[in-house]
Amino acid sequence: MNAALPFLPPSASTIAGEFNILFAGLLAITCAVLGLVVVLMFRFCAHYRRNNEAADRGHQTEKSWHWEVGWTAASFVVFLGLYAWGANIYLREHHPPPDAQDIYVVGKQWMWKIEHPGGQREIDALHVALNRPVRLVMTSQDVIHGFFVPAFRLKQDVLPGRYVTLWFDPDRPGRYALYCSQFCGTAHAEMGGEVTVMAPGDFQQWLAANASDATLSGDGAVLFHKTGCDGCHGAGARVAAPKLAGLYGGPVALRDGGSAIADEDFIRGAILEPAEHQAAGYEPVMPSFAGQLDEEQVVALVAYIKSLGSAPQ
Amino acid sequence: MTATTIVELPRPRGDSYLTDGTTLSSWLLTHDHKRIAILYCLSITVFFFIGGAAAALIRLNLITPRGLLLDAETYNRIFTLHGVVMVWLFLVPSIPTTFGNFLLPLMLGAKDLAFPRINLLSWYLFVLSGVIVLAGLIGGSVDTGWTFYEPLSSGYASGALVVVVGGIFVNGFSSILTGLNFVVTIHRLRAPGLTWYRLPIFCWSTYATSVILMLATPVLAVTLLLVAAEHLWGVGVFDPAHGGDPLLFQHMFWFYSHPAVYIMILPGMGVVSEIVPAFARKPLFGYHFVAWSSVAIAVIGFLVWGHHMFVAGESIYAALVFSFLSFIVAVPSAIKVFNWLATLHKGSISFEAPMLYALGFILLFTIGGLTGLFLATLAFDEHVTATYFVVAHFHYIMVGGMVSAYFAALHYWWPKVTGRLYPESWARFAAILIFFGFNLTFFPQFILGYLGMPRRYATYPPEFQVWNVFSSAGASILAAAYVLPLFYLTWSLFRGERAPGNPWGATGLEWQSASPPPTDNFERTPRVTRPPYDYPEPAA
Amino acid sequence: MSEHVLEKQFVDLAHQSETAELGIWGFIATEVLFLGGLFAAYGFFRYLHPAAIAQAAAHTDLKIGAANTALLLTSSFFMSWASLAARDGESRIVARVMFVAAALGVVFLGLKAIEYTDDIHEHLWPGPGFSLPTADPKAGEVFYFIYWLLTGIHALHLMAGIGAILVIANRARHGVFTRAYHAPVRVVSLYWHFVDIVWIFLFALIYLPGRGG
Ligand code: HEA
Ligand code: HEA
Ligand code: HEC
Ligand code: CUA
Ligand SMILES: [Cu+2]
Repeated sequence: MNAALPFLPPSASTIAGEFNILFAGLLAITCAVLGLVVVLMFRFCAHYRRNNEAADRGHQTEKSWHWEVGWTAASFVVFLGLYAWGANIYLREHHPPPDAQDIYVVGKQWMWKIEHPGGQREIDALHVALNRPVRLVMTSQDVIHGFFVPAFRLKQDVLPGRYVTLWFDPDRPGRYALYCSQFCGTAHAEMGGEVTVMAPGDFQQWLAANASDATLSGDGAVLFHKTGCDGCHGAGARVAAPKLAGLYGGPVALRDGGSAIADEDFIRGAILEPAEHQAAGYEPVMPSFAGQLDEEQVVALVAYIKSLGSAPQ
Repeated sequence: MTATTIVELPRPRGDSYLTDGTTLSSWLLTHDHKRIAILYCLSITVFFFIGGAAAALIRLNLITPRGLLLDAETYNRIFTLHGVVMVWLFLVPSIPTTFGNFLLPLMLGAKDLAFPRINLLSWYLFVLSGVIVLAGLIGGSVDTGWTFYEPLSSGYASGALVVVVGGIFVNGFSSILTGLNFVVTIHRLRAPGLTWYRLPIFCWSTYATSVILMLATPVLAVTLLLVAAEHLWGVGVFDPAHGGDPLLFQHMFWFYSHPAVYIMILPGMGVVSEIVPAFARKPLFGYHFVAWSSVAIAVIGFLVWGHHMFVAGESIYAALVFSFLSFIVAVPSAIKVFNWLATLHKGSISFEAPMLYALGFILLFTIGGLTGLFLATLAFDEHVTATYFVVAHFHYIMVGGMVSAYFAALHYWWPKVTGRLYPESWARFAAILIFFGFNLTFFPQFILGYLGMPRRYATYPPEFQVWNVFSSAGASILAAAYVLPLFYLTWSLFRGERAPGNPWGATGLEWQSASPPPTDNFERTPRVTRPPYDYPEPAA
Repeated sequence: MSEHVLEKQFVDLAHQSETAELGIWGFIATEVLFLGGLFAAYGFFRYLHPAAIAQAAAHTDLKIGAANTALLLTSSFFMSWASLAARDGESRIVARVMFVAAALGVVFLGLKAIEYTDDIHEHLWPGPGFSLPTADPKAGEVFYFIYWLLTGIHALHLMAGIGAILVIANRARHGVFTRAYHAPVRVVSLYWHFVDIVWIFLFALIYLPGRGG
């Protein structure tokens, strides 16, 4: 892409299409309003310039309130429409379809680490299949980063200390730029890469070619044993600890009387800050693993616990 | 100020505030709001050119994709310096501390502000803060951006961060005291007969600005205090590594900084509301609506901070509410624009430099404001947030709008402040040059942002280069255009024609005093009997 | 310097006094937002880590905290007395009761200093030497981070208040204040009441969590 004067970014996701229409709408309204302002200003300035003796300056409008109400109401209605339009698309941008494929992303100064459920790992690159919705589960190991793919018209800040998600449905094969959009220190501008959207067949080949010995949840299973989780949560454990199979996605009753949904972020919290994620009916004996596990290991554990089965919907 | 040596048109010594005491200490220890305004004007001019030099380096560097002359770390320090200096050392104080100080007592028919000593203290705090901030930024290496996002700033920035943040803290005191002084003055020192609805709009907008200064700045102060303490102690409430929440920082920061953007526009709107009637020779259309819209902006402006965090991880429900409120806060701005236009209708318009700046303000503010609506639209923001689209949006409002308004005020009240007239054709030329240079600099940035170029990038992919070159070219024109007034205004101080009391034939109490006004402003306290902008209607 | 100067921008002394009073109310409003921001940050953190905060707060010194609360309330009483006396033009009484109020403030600071020393001995100063067993060790440290900030800022305000009281009381001793002119007394006393009220909030939020029940 080396057109002399680029005006429009490529569009490669289902949302991008809707977004482009929204943009056209905004642009049209803006041009209309700006045009009105410019035309009025220049007309008045030309016609009522001081040395134009011929202009009729009598009968100046005295009662102004109906004008005021008029333009206030008109602006308000336009604003309301824009709000609803933008909000509608935004809501869809934030509700992933249930069949979306989870891919894990860990940001750190200054690279993106990607882990596919099959164990494929990439750095500063993400391969996805055409027309297959993807849900990214993202966290950062240090400061805030921003995951930004202009061709998808999507962006999400990636925070340390929690998981955030972003989903998209790529609908055009090709290679698209990936940027870090949140300022994160010296090499912020270099923290980027490429998203490659491939035909499903090619994607399968890519997965096979990059397969590693273990899947992500397989790594998690190994860690679950090595870190000693199964000492409490394992089959024959003597400590009274909740069984983790079927935990993911369901409600959890908390010790303080509240309840929470066991999404990725909750599971992560339960591992790193058990004191603040106390399940009801158990003694608070689980130690915190903060400092012992890095974010990639936690991701593997989370993937493993998810692989044990979800709560029935 | 030895302007009295010129022989023609002699003035008795001590006649004006400028000649009432000529020693350095008569300036540095003055309680006169007019002299304090001059002190502010000189200091913020220095800061503007420091911030402008940083902007020049930014634009120079971005001419080539790999960066023309700075390494990434230096670049990051430079845009941090640019943002911090321009916001806190130039634009927040710009119109309030200079023209607010100078004009408020004159417009109210008062002899001074309510607390003249505190006013002087504010200036000293301001200068002190400038010195501290610049020492930290230039001496140390702070590269966090003007937003100081956590945990980058407390966990990863150098120790100079504490110095910079401390400087801004001191700056906050200066802002708070100025705001307080203005609010109390407007409440208590209006001349007899000067009811609220007889106040010039400039007073209304200064009032609204001052309320924001008083109520938002303390939250910034405490937020920065928490950042500094977290940096020093290694524990705190923002870094998730200690169980804190980085979004808490963003909420607290934007709770100040969104209202602060209205600090950086309301005074400009006030200036334009003075100038448009004066050069259209016609009362301001919809006075009550323009007056109350300032108050509405100030109040609603406190409720929209979350629109800076649509993709930061705030809940989608919060995003929906903040988006909605952002549209609501735009309504009063729309009211103002339409009322200015309606004021032109059936006016008798002349186009001296202040009016050119004011018309430029209206156009550029409208473009900046309309693109603000793009950003308030949730789905659209998700694509362009943290890109050059945002950079273009706020420069359109802050530079195209507010800096133009500052220049408009400077030219409009220059004869009153200095007693001299500047060369009109140079001034018009500069105004037009600024308008074109400005658009060439910042319009390409909208396109860059839409294409996806993130902001705060020291280097960028080559496909963005064309628009960056346009932008840098525009910036060089803009730089020249901003330097120009420095020359002809300075020249006018010594060689300019003597100004009469009311060179524009404008209404308003300040024009009834001499140019330059005597130290006590008015010989007798004026008695106000008519509404502002009382221009006679021509016979049909 | 003649004492009750009427500044040139005011019509008369009443005008000047009312303006000064509006000024201090405005200043208090800014202080409310400053401290309110701090309390909000603390409140949010406590919402994130309720258990750890309760455990950590139980290590504050309730006795000293309660004694200090009593001291400040008493000193506020004396400040109100000073205001009333000033309204009647009894400048010398004003001086006497204000000195008492200031003295109570000094005792407050003394007790606070003792409490601070104990805190440091108990390793409650955030940083490498910090130690306190709580459910979430870091959250306990953050509680003390907030404790030092809040009480420290309050102590600074108190010192400023004491300084202001001493200056005004000294003027009162020379019989400066009359029925017509006593705005400075009103102003410092408003400020002093404000600092007192802040302490009451602080006491409830810092010393009381995790105690009783
Ligand atoms: C003086 C400064 C100023 C002003 C006045 C404004 C005014 C507005 N701003 Fe802007 N803004 C900034 C300075 C300012 N902004 C800065 C500095 C940032 C970035 C900070 C950073 O991240 O570093 C920012 C960022 C920013 C964002 C976040 C972007 C992001 O980071 O993702 C948003 C989102 O909603 C926004 C919206 C608005 C809106 C809706 C207005 C409205 O108030 C505008 C209202 C005006 C009009 C709308 C124009 C006139 C109206 C008409 C002519 C009426 C007719 C119109 C119709 C009928 C359509 N601004
Ligand atoms: C508030 C007021 C304000 C003003 C007036 C300006 C004025 C200008 N700004 Fe900026 N700007 C901000 C506030 C402001 N800015 C903020 C808040 C940011 C965000 C920072 C951040 O991300 O943290 C920003 C960021 C910002 C960026 C984005 C940097 C990045 O994200 O990487 C750019 C890039 O073009 C830019 C350009 C300019 C230009 C060309 C001007 C011009 O209008 C300036 C023109 C004036 C001059 C050029 C002065 C003339 C002086 C001379 C000619 C002397 C020259 C001397 C030498 C060269 C030695 N500004
Ligand atoms: C000393 C025993 C012990 C060890 C070791 C332990 N846990 Fe736990 N875990 C518990 C107990 C008890 C609970 C329930 C109380 C609570 O929520 O803290 C629990 C709760 C959880 C929960 C929340 C489940 C729910 O229903 O709320 C998850 C997830 C979890 N543990 C994962 C792990 C992982 C992963 C590891 C290893 C890295 C691990 N645990 C190690 C004892 C333990
Ligand atoms: Cu990572 Cu910017
Ligand atoms: Cu905003």
